[in-house]
Amino acid sequence: MSTTMQPPTVPPPKNVNRLGLTMADYKGSDSTLCAGCGHDAITSQIIKAFYEYGVEPYRVAKLSGIGCSSKTPAYFLGRSHGFNGVHGRMPAIATGVMLANRDLISIGVSGDGDTASIGMGQFVHLLRRNIPMIYIVENNGVYGLTKGQFSATADYGSKAKSGVVNDLPAIDICTMAIELGCNFVCRSFAGDPKQLVALLKAALGHRGTALFDVISPCVTFNNHDGSTKSYKYAKDHEELLHDISYIPYFEQINVDYKEGETQDVALHDGSHIRLRKAGFDFDPTNKTQALDMLRRCQENNEFLTGLIYVNEDKPDFLTLLNAVDEPLAALPQARVQPTAEDLKKIMAELM
Amino acid sequence: MPDQSPQGLMVEEEQGDRETEERIVNDFSIQVATVNGSGSQSSNNVLMRSIFQMGIPVSGKNLFPSNIAGLPTWFTIRANKNGWIARKKEIDFLVAMNGDTAREDVMSLDPNRVVVYEESLRLNQLRSDVVFFPVPFAKLATGITTDSRLRKLLANMIYVGAVGELLEIDPAEMEIALTKQFKGKAKAVALNKQALEAGRKFAAENLDRSRVPYRCRRMNSTQGKIIIDGNSAAALGCMFAGVTVATWYPITPSSSLCETLTDYMREYRTTPDGRATFAIVQAEDELAAVGMAIGAGWAGARAMTSTAGPGISLMQEFVGLAYYAEIPVVIFDVTRVGPSTGLPTRTQQSDILSLVYCSHGDTKHIVLIPGSVAECFEMAGAAFDLAERFQTPVFVMTDLDLGMNNWMSDVFQFPDRKFDRGKVLSAADLERLGKFDRYRDVDGDGIPYRTLPGTDHPAAAYFTRGSGHNEKALYSERPDDYQRNMDRLAKKYETARQHAPQPVVEYTHGARIGFLAFGTTHWAIIESQDQLSREYSLPTSYYRLRAVPFTKHLSEFFEAHDRVYVVEQNRDGQMAGLIKLELPAALSAKIRSIRHYNGLPIDARFITDELIAAEKGERN
Repeated sequence: MSTTMQPPTVPPPKNVNRLGLTMADYKGSDSTLCAGCGHDAITSQIIKAFYEYGVEPYRVAKLSGIGCSSKTPAYFLGRSHGFNGVHGRMPAIATGVMLANRDLISIGVSGDGDTASIGMGQFVHLLRRNIPMIYIVENNGVYGLTKGQFSATADYGSKAKSGVVNDLPAIDICTMAIELGCNFVCRSFAGDPKQLVALLKAALGHRGTALFDVISPCVTFNNHDGSTKSYKYAKDHEELLHDISYIPYFEQINVDYKEGETQDVALHDGSHIRLRKAGFDFDPTNKTQALDMLRRCQENNEFLTGLIYVNEDKPDFLTLLNAVDEPLAALPQARVQPTAEDLKKIMAELM
Repeated sequence: MPDQSPQGLMVEEEQGDRETEERIVNDFSIQVATVNGSGSQSSNNVLMRSIFQMGIPVSGKNLFPSNIAGLPTWFTIRANKNGWIARKKEIDFLVAMNGDTAREDVMSLDPNRVVVYEESLRLNQLRSDVVFFPVPFAKLATGITTDSRLRKLLANMIYVGAVGELLEIDPAEMEIALTKQFKGKAKAVALNKQALEAGRKFAAENLDRSRVPYRCRRMNSTQGKIIIDGNSAAALGCMFAGVTVATWYPITPSSSLCETLTDYMREYRTTPDGRATFAIVQAEDELAAVGMAIGAGWAGARAMTSTAGPGISLMQEFVGLAYYAEIPVVIFDVTRVGPSTGLPTRTQQSDILSLVYCSHGDTKHIVLIPGSVAECFEMAGAAFDLAERFQTPVFVMTDLDLGMNNWMSDVFQFPDRKFDRGKVLSAADLERLGKFDRYRDVDGDGIPYRTLPGTDHPAAAYFTRGSGHNEKALYSERPDDYQRNMDRLAKKYETARQHAPQPVVEYTHGARIGFLAFGTTHWAIIESQDQLSREYSLPTSYYRLRAVPFTKHLSEFFEAHDRVYVVEQNRDGQMAGLIKLELPAALSAKIRSIRHYNGLPIDARFITDELIAAEKGERN
């Protein structure tokens, strides 16, 4: 297999970001995935988004479980710590990492098997807790690494390469995430770099779990006519919610959308995402409407893409725990060890 | 561990006590048989604590069902002037409050024992060779309150009053213990005092104390001591070891460890402005609990989880990851009876092998084995130092008996030393070094260096994975990379031998037989040694294991004795098996095995009898 990492298509001004880092500083090692894999396209968009946003690489923790998708954190942000854990258990690792160091920016990459089958238990509790992190499901409806078994997101009636037809209903990750209280839910497509980069940058400004369901066709096992997660099917059935433009708080907001056609959503860090409505009136802060829209698209066999639901009001888990502002991992002994006098007092109570 | 046999002193005192020539002073067991959920725990604590406050060594063991309410439960208090606080098989004084078990409870007594019982149960017809004292608990409670729910609760304190009167427990101490138990809640204290007094008064006026052979007499053996359960002791140990992340899932008998930790941390680890210097999370299951702790350990926190056997089974895959990827985490296993759900509220030492070899593939772990509540406190601290020093999971294995029961102890010593945070490179270190290889053995001890995420240096990052990796933490399937790494991990384990808690070894002059035990078995062993010495003139040496991996002392001990009895609380002699793997054949041939595994804490008489029978077999 060869590397399929693509160089960025749009070079930024002077080839450095606001930290003075180049795009190369955000790359990882060479991909070992199949040539043309949707996952590699997503990797490229992560590199681009983190570069353009100006994320300090040392502050990032890259996390994953097991599977093709879970290999990808090695292929981006080589200057960030990475942790490729056990199958389906990345949410627990992510939770622990963020408990230990709330200053970190966690990005987790998972697959549909890793998230919606073996890892379902941990996934739903991660959403429920609102652990601050970006959680990307690279969704191809198939187990690639073990040669093409169906996953729980495989569409009802879709056909595997082996000819077997899936007769179980698919789990819709976005619907489930909204129901579970996730406050940043979006869906995109590996072949839509513009949308994905804008969404990733918006997610970097969100405090809480930002869930990405990214349709990422498997070129080897799930990119044939019988598959609903093939490039051809996805391109034909994509229902774009809106064009998204991300406006960082450290840059001048550039208004080039007509009034009435755009909607700004303020993010926690002071930045905005600006949505251009495409064809219908959709309010991503309206949970009922979001769920309804997802269902209508499902009924029409369409993928609803874009920012489906966002709400900046819910406190994240670290806020709920009321922990000190500094990373717990960095607290010195004097701050985490009660005194000898305290122990004496406790002992006296037990006498 | 404190010396638990101040015998000489007490014999004199007993001889000097003319009035009690026929009496058995400060040496008896009380069993209170009640129904689970009847609220007897507070009363039993008051009874136990009153004896403790009179300076008499005492222990309390709660034998309870896996049930919220309705099933039988027994609380056993042992008072012993010699400081023997292991379980005693024989019951001397029964308080029969549960109609469902009363008949069997009475029939299992030895002759001449004492029974206090709820009058309506009419137990005195069962046999004629024990002393019966009927008490109308329900009627007495009616005299105190009209609230029927309270009446049931107060009946418990009434038996405490009656028992106290019969055993001559100082009423002043009982009141102090009661006030302490209800932590100054005025209304509860007042009501319970009334109940206590009602029981005492009834016994004084209606029951003939001269028929009771047992007496409590003030001693001086508990001064400065505390009473605490092992889980609370471990929780305190964690707090004073600076734990910052604790993630857990409820399971008997470990739940109270993290619950108590939460209570203490709220009080002692909250900043003046109300912020927590910790995060405690009840996870969705044990997989998540250990996963979170490992994530936190990776990111540099002192992280822990606590569980019991079934949780250990669920944590196995993650433990293997932490071993292979070299991440510190502390895991408490408060063991219970397995396999499967087993007897969840009974005690056993049957997780030894599943801890030492936890997870698939070639793994071996550091397991600390406290034998007392004081060691629960100390080893909790040691566990965090070891986990961070060796970048690996460290288990602390206690059991239900130690974890959930009340034990007397000397006060815990403040751990007046600097935490060992292990080999962590800072940005400044990296600036000096230029680079680092995550899994390279720089110092020759098998322990590599690590960096923490968030370290602001371009050379800090590395990729952690449970898949094959080389010294630079890069993915590798090369045979030489794999083997070199595994050999280094083995070397690291060898290094750990000198750093894990060392055994406590007592050689006895002339002893050809040795005992080897660990954990709560200790208390029965030292009492059995005394029995063997007094009754059979048989001297024995004693090797108390406090950790795996073993040290060189182990083979020395085997060399010095003809036979070594490994005493443990499981069916298959797991520790004996582990030792056999370690020793050369000539020495392992000396291993003998004594196993106790019915779910009750092991007792000295059992060990003595088993050893004597085995020794007879050796001679034949």
